Amino acid sequence: MNSASIILDDPTWVIVAKGVLVFALCVVLTLLSVWGERRIVARMQMRMGPNRVGPFGLIQALADGVKLALKEDIIPAAADRAVFVIAPIISVTTCFMAFAVIPLTGEVNFFGEQTIMQLTDLPVGVLYVLATASIGVYGIVLAGWSSGSTYPLLGGLRSSAQVISYEIAMGLSFVGVFIYAGSMSTGDIIAAQSTWWNVVVLFPSFAIYVISMVGETNRAPFDLAEAEGELVGGFHTEYSSLKFALFFLAEYVNIIAVSALATTLFLGGPSAPPGLGFTSAWLGGWFSFIWFFLKVLAFFFFFVWLRGTLPRLRYDQFMKFGWKVLIPVNVAWILVVATLRLLTQQGASQFVIAGFTGAVVLAVLGAMTIYDRSKIKAEELANQVGPMPEPSFPVPALPTSLALKEKEGN
Amino acid sequence: MSGESALFWVLAPLAVLASVAMLFMKKAVHSAILLAWVMITLAIFYIALEAPFLGIVQIVVYTGAVMMLFLFILMLVGVDSSDSLVEKIKGIRSVAIFTALAFSLTLITFIARAELGRPSVGLDEANSGGNVEGLAQYLFSDYVWAFEVISALLITAALGAMVLAHSEKSDVARTSQRARSIARFRGKSIATAAGLPGSGVYARNNALDLPALLPDGKPSDLSTAEVLHRRGDVAESKSYQLEGLPKIDDEGNK
Repeated sequence: MNSASIILDDPTWVIVAKGVLVFALCVVLTLLSVWGERRIVARMQMRMGPNRVGPFGLIQALADGVKLALKEDIIPAAADRAVFVIAPIISVTTCFMAFAVIPLTGEVNFFGEQTIMQLTDLPVGVLYVLATASIGVYGIVLAGWSSGSTYPLLGGLRSSAQVISYEIAMGLSFVGVFIYAGSMSTGDIIAAQSTWWNVVVLFPSFAIYVISMVGETNRAPFDLAEAEGELVGGFHTEYSSLKFALFFLAEYVNIIAVSALATTLFLGGPSAPPGLGFTSAWLGGWFSFIWFFLKVLAFFFFFVWLRGTLPRLRYDQFMKFGWKVLIPVNVAWILVVATLRLLTQQGASQFVIAGFTGAVVLAVLGAMTIYDRSKIKAEELANQVGPMPEPSFPVPALPTSLALKEKEGN
Repeated sequence: MSGESALFWVLAPLAVLASVAMLFMKKAVHSAILLAWVMITLAIFYIALEAPFLGIVQIVVYTGAVMMLFLFILMLVGVDSSDSLVEKIKGIRSVAIFTALAFSLTLITFIARAELGRPSVGLDEANSGGNVEGLAQYLFSDYVWAFEVISALLITAALGAMVLAHSEKSDVARTSQRARSIARFRGKSIATAAGLPGSGVYARNNALDLPALLPDGKPSDLSTAEVLHRRGDVAESKSYQLEGLPKIDDEGNK
C-alpha cells in the first residue's frame, strides 16, 4: 500500500486536524527559528544574542511579534491601497500551502487512525511546491510596485528576475530525482530512497538545489531584493506593523518549506539515517518526525551559517552564476543521469556502465582543460594588442577584434 | 451537490468577474493581476477535472513565468498613465476591430457547438496508468515530432531575441577584484587601502573638481579624479573656505 492510498482514506476530521497541525507547526517553527537564528548568528559574531525574555531568551521572537502587531500601520499616500494590502497576504498564504505535500512522518497511528502526517499526496507533488513558490513571487513583486516608491520597486524587480532565474535551476535539479524515483509524488520519492538517499546518488542535483533554494528564498548571500546597503529594505521598505510581520513570517516559513523539500527529495524525508532504523519501533513511527525535524533544522542551521559567513553577491555576478553555470551544468548532469538510468534499466553490462562513467569523467576533465586554455589564450590576445595608449578620459576598453583592426589601420 | 460542482460554482463566477474586470481596469498592473487570477482559477479547474499535471504546469509556466515577465516589463516601462487614443499606425484601428470580430465569431461558433451536461468519456482510460505517465506516453511517442519541432522553434526565438539584443563587450582581460585588492594592500603604502578620499565638501560648493583637505590643511590630490588633473580642471579649494578663518597656504602653514 503506497502512501497516496493511505492518505486517501483519511476521514475528514483527520484531514482537518492535520491541516491545523501543519499550520501550527509552521508558526511555532518560525518563532523558534527567529530566536535560533539570532542566537546562532550572535555566537558566530562572538556576541550573546537575545537572552532576557524567557529562559535563554526563548520567547524573544514572540515578544517582538506582539510589539510588531501593536505598531502603527502606515499606508503611504502614493501607494496603490488594494494591491499594497493584498501583497503580503499572497506571500504568506502561498508559503504555507507548499507544506501540504510534505510528509512529516512515516506511517503513524493518529488517534486510532493509521495515516501519514501529510495533507495530500499529489502525483505532481514536487511541481506543486514549485507552483506555490512561483505564485509567492507575486507577493514580493506587487509589494514592490504598490509601495509607490523607488527602492521597493527596484527590490521587487530584482527579486522577480532572481526568483524566475533560480526557479529554472531548481526545477532542473528536480529532474534527476524524478528520473530515479520514476514519479513526482513526494511519497514515491521517499520510498525510492529506501536503500540510498538521493544526496549520495545525485550529489550534483543536491548541490544545485541547495544553491538555488537560497536564491529562491532571498536569503544571504543572495538577498539582493532587500540589500539594506543599496535598497534600504528592498520590497518591504514601506511596510510596517502586521503587514511587515506577514512578510517576516513568509520569509521564515519559506526557509522551512524549502528545507523540508530538500529533506524530502534528497535526505530520505522522515526515514531514519542508515543504521538507526530500529528507532521507528519506538513511539510507533512518531520517532520519524524527530528525524525529519532534525534534518530540517540542519538545513536551517546551514542557512544561518551562510548568513554569518558570506558577504552579499554583486547582482550581475549572481545572475551570471545562475544562467551560465547552474543551468548548463544541470542540463549536462541530467543527460548523464538519464543515460545511466536507461543503461541500468535495459540491463547493460557492468563494462558498458563503467565505460560510460569513465567517458563522462574524461569529458569533464577535457572541458575544464579547454576552458583553462581559452583563458590563457584570451590573455595572450590581450598581450598581443599590447598596452593601449593611456586615454585622457575614462573609456571602457575596446573589444580586441576592434582594437586589432584599429592597430592595422595605423 | 458534489465537491467538484461546489468548487465550480464558487470559482467560475469569480473567474468570469475577474476576466471582465480585467478589460475595464485603468491601470495595466491591475489588469495583469486579474489575468493571473483567471489563470490560477483555470488551473484549479484542470486539477479538479483530474488533469493535475496540466493544472500545475499552467501555474508554473503561465502564472509564474509568462505573467511575471509581463508584470516585470509593465513595472520597468511604467505603463500606468492612460494610453494615448491617437492612431499611430494608419488603419490599425479598423484592422484591430476586424480581427477582434473574427476571433469572437470563431469562439462563439465553437462554444455554440459544445454540448452541455454530457458525461466525460475516456477519462478513466486515459488516466489508467497515471495522469503524468499517460501524458508522457503521448508526448514521447505519438507526438514526439511535434514536441521537438515546437521546442526547436522556441529555442530559435529565444536565440533570435538574444542576438538582436546583444552588444559586443570587451574581451580584454580585466584585472580581477582579487588582484586589485591584493595590489592595494601590497603596494608602496597602505594609506589608501580603505579607499581613496572623496572630493571636498564646502559650504558654498561641493563639486567633484574640488579637492578635499587633509588633516594638516593641504588639498589632497587623491580626492579628485586623475582625468581632471590631466585636463587641468581641478579647482582651488582655498577660495571656498569660510572667511574669517586663518588662511592656509599650500604648504599647510598658517
